[in-house]
Amino acid sequence: MGSHEHSHEHSAAQPLATRIQHMTGLNPLKCYQCGKCSAGCPMATETTTRPHDVMRLVARDQLDRLTDADGLWLCLTCETCTSRCPNGCDPARTMDALREILAARTNGKNHNAIRAFHRSFLTQVRNHGRLFEMGLIMSYKLGGGPMFADVTTTPSVLARGKLGLAPHNVKGLEEIRRIFEACAAQEDGA
Amino acid sequence: MARIGVFVCHCGENIGRTVDCAKVAELCGQVPGVVHSVDYKYMCSDPGQQMVKAAIAEKGLTGVVVAACSPHMHEKTFRRATAGGGLNPFLCEMANVREHCSWIHEDRDAATVKAVDITKTIVEKVKRNVPLSTIRIPVTRRALVIGGGIAGIQAALDIADGGREVILVEKDPSIGGHMSQLSETFPTLDCSQCILTPRMVEVYQHPRIKLYSYSEVESVEGYIGNFKVKIRRKARSIDEDKCNGCGACTKTCPNKKIPSEFDCGLGKRTAIYVPFPQAVPNLPTIDRAKCLLFMNRAKGRPDTCKKCAEACSKEAIDFDQVDRFVTEDVGAIVVATGYQLYTIGKDQAKPNIKGYGEYGYGTIPDVIDGLQFERLASASGPTSGKIQRPSDGKEPKRIVFLQCIGSRDPQKGMDYCSKICCMYVAKHTMLYHHKVHDGQATVFYMDIRAAGKGYDEFSRRAIEEEGARYIRGRVSKMWRDGDVIKIQGFDTLAGEPIEMDADMVVLATAMRPQPGIDSLAQKLSVSYDQHGFINEAHPKLRPVETNTAGVYVAGACQAPRDIPDAVAMASATASKVLGLFANEMLEREPTVARVDESSCAGCFHCERVCAYGAVEHKEIKDRAGNVLRVIAYVNPGVCQGCGTCQATCPSKSVELAGFTDEQIWSEIQALGV
Repeated sequence: MGSHEHSHEHSAAQPLATRIQHMTGLNPLKCYQCGKCSAGCPMATETTTRPHDVMRLVARDQLDRLTDADGLWLCLTCETCTSRCPNGCDPARTMDALREILAARTNGKNHNAIRAFHRSFLTQVRNHGRLFEMGLIMSYKLGGGPMFADVTTTPSVLARGKLGLAPHNVKGLEEIRRIFEACAAQEDGA
Repeated sequence: MARIGVFVCHCGENIGRTVDCAKVAELCGQVPGVVHSVDYKYMCSDPGQQMVKAAIAEKGLTGVVVAACSPHMHEKTFRRATAGGGLNPFLCEMANVREHCSWIHEDRDAATVKAVDITKTIVEKVKRNVPLSTIRIPVTRRALVIGGGIAGIQAALDIADGGREVILVEKDPSIGGHMSQLSETFPTLDCSQCILTPRMVEVYQHPRIKLYSYSEVESVEGYIGNFKVKIRRKARSIDEDKCNGCGACTKTCPNKKIPSEFDCGLGKRTAIYVPFPQAVPNLPTIDRAKCLLFMNRAKGRPDTCKKCAEACSKEAIDFDQVDRFVTEDVGAIVVATGYQLYTIGKDQAKPNIKGYGEYGYGTIPDVIDGLQFERLASASGPTSGKIQRPSDGKEPKRIVFLQCIGSRDPQKGMDYCSKICCMYVAKHTMLYHHKVHDGQATVFYMDIRAAGKGYDEFSRRAIEEEGARYIRGRVSKMWRDGDVIKIQGFDTLAGEPIEMDADMVVLATAMRPQPGIDSLAQKLSVSYDQHGFINEAHPKLRPVETNTAGVYVAGACQAPRDIPDAVAMASATASKVLGLFANEMLEREPTVARVDESSCAGCFHCERVCAYGAVEHKEIKDRAGNVLRVIAYVNPGVCQGCGTCQATCPSKSVELAGFTDEQIWSEIQALGV
């Protein structure tokens, strides 16, 4: 590895590709950089870190650069990349695994707003079993999202009854909670 | 009393690093019957072989054990050395202390003990070895070549020029194969038909080549030097002796709208047809699935149209012809059945092969494959060489080539590189630019694999001098919008998405073996890989032999091949065949099974388990000719010495020479278990 390359994390001695393979069961090194994933990616014009760039950075063990990049957080998980991939690399699942790894990291650019949105979304699902839009907006904006963005649209959305003021919980909230607990336990174990 | 010599090889460090060879020699020297035991750095070297020869004479050895590598490597070497020392070569055996010991162990002491054990077992075996002599079987010095493409043509000509008779079988009405469809060939851009048709004519005129066109191999029996091949001569509905090839019949046929196979569906042919003007033989064939008379007959209706027969002045049309069978005796078989192109449609012949839904499963008009482009570019093609798109005949100004369609795409079922596409796409862009001066060719590729003499220069020329635009990246999606084809791709070198309009798209689709290759391979008892390509006997050292002795392979039925490769392979098979035919008799290893006629009960368990069809029925008769018993007989020409019959025989009446029950049992006993 050239001296100009970023060193990978000291806490994780294993190469990133190996870690991903443990998490997904798929070998990211199968990627031969054909670019078919990025050719179909709807976010390819929005970011400079497209699916094939992500696969390349994984192969080169560049976790720091992945941390700085916004592509992982702009991913819509539409999984077009995965369905197009000729090699069965599953870039969508790989990016999932990377988000899991990066969620624990604090260094580098944090992309706080996007991460705050992800956290807020999951908090709503955990608390109500489904999305409670008003709760999402509140916790997103208080949790690090842009405070005043899109505020002007609120009255018209309210007027059309698109934004409920009270949450509607699903039946079986207890099961939802257990799913979250099981996932958390798995992450701790991993 | 046995006098065995043991020769322990260090194989440099290969064995010596893990096994204490001197100790092995010392301990083996204490085994009863061993009178000479030494170790040496390289036993296979000339001095090493001299040690074996000298010891045979000096110590009066009755058997030789070489503790070294696998018998696959140097058994022949040491058996020759043994023969050179004056002993029967089959009194020499290898004890494999490399692949079976030193290479797979790390503990030196334990490996040394194991090496001694392995050598001791072979010492016990050699004590029971008996002199054997090679089997000599007669050779029928004629060859069968299956497939009349360029590979089959080359193999047939080379064998025939070498003085031996050749039977050439081609399933289509004419020989020539895919090469006859090509316009110009890379990297020299010489006209394909101009270089091929002289060879086709040469085949037809050659006194030692018998051509069976429109014929297929029905069954194969026998073994190297002695094959019996049954050939189905499909009913052409033409009396070949009467037809003079005038072509009057094809002009009069009313059914003129049948997609031509030769023009890949871009042109039309009649129901009675000659596939292309230079066809060899120049004989028409009636396509019974499309002929009005035969379609009526299939529905039980009376014959109506007989226009071709009426037009024929030679009365050569024979509507009642049936498939005929001929049997030919040959000594060697060359398989040269070639390839077909993968198609991107939803329906595939095999469950593991998938189509390209993202490219419309082949339903978008003006998306064609490479062979179709060859026909468009060919002066003899349906457009007389004008580049016109199939849908409306317009000249495409924006043409896009996609490489690796199916190839290198494990998700579609083919993980291999088709090898020829990089080159023919470069050629296609040149042919296009030569014909459409205001057009632009764009190529989406993953890698350019142009390894061959003049190949990289050729593909660079397409880019640097002829203006082809190469974009590195696979196309994600392709759809039709009005009369343009929308392409969504990515330029991985520039790092940006690309959306592009095209008037026509050419897909460089994967090469696959011909349909039916598996059933042919089974008839010939040759193995094939998961894609259906015939396996060579050894990827480096026996590239044109198969695992069945006497059956050889040439061209694209073995792996994707271009013309120079196919021709080189074909000439290589001819050299192998002529080598086999150099002698009237063929020598084979004597390690074959033999049946004890006095104890065989004729249960034929052996026949059922034999993978090579070597077990025959033999009648034991009294002097009056009455059959007393029917017992098994192992044909030594077919037997491969696998020993399955010996293990199966309930009455222990089959023994494999060199591997008798007694020998194997003594090996086990030597281990003290």
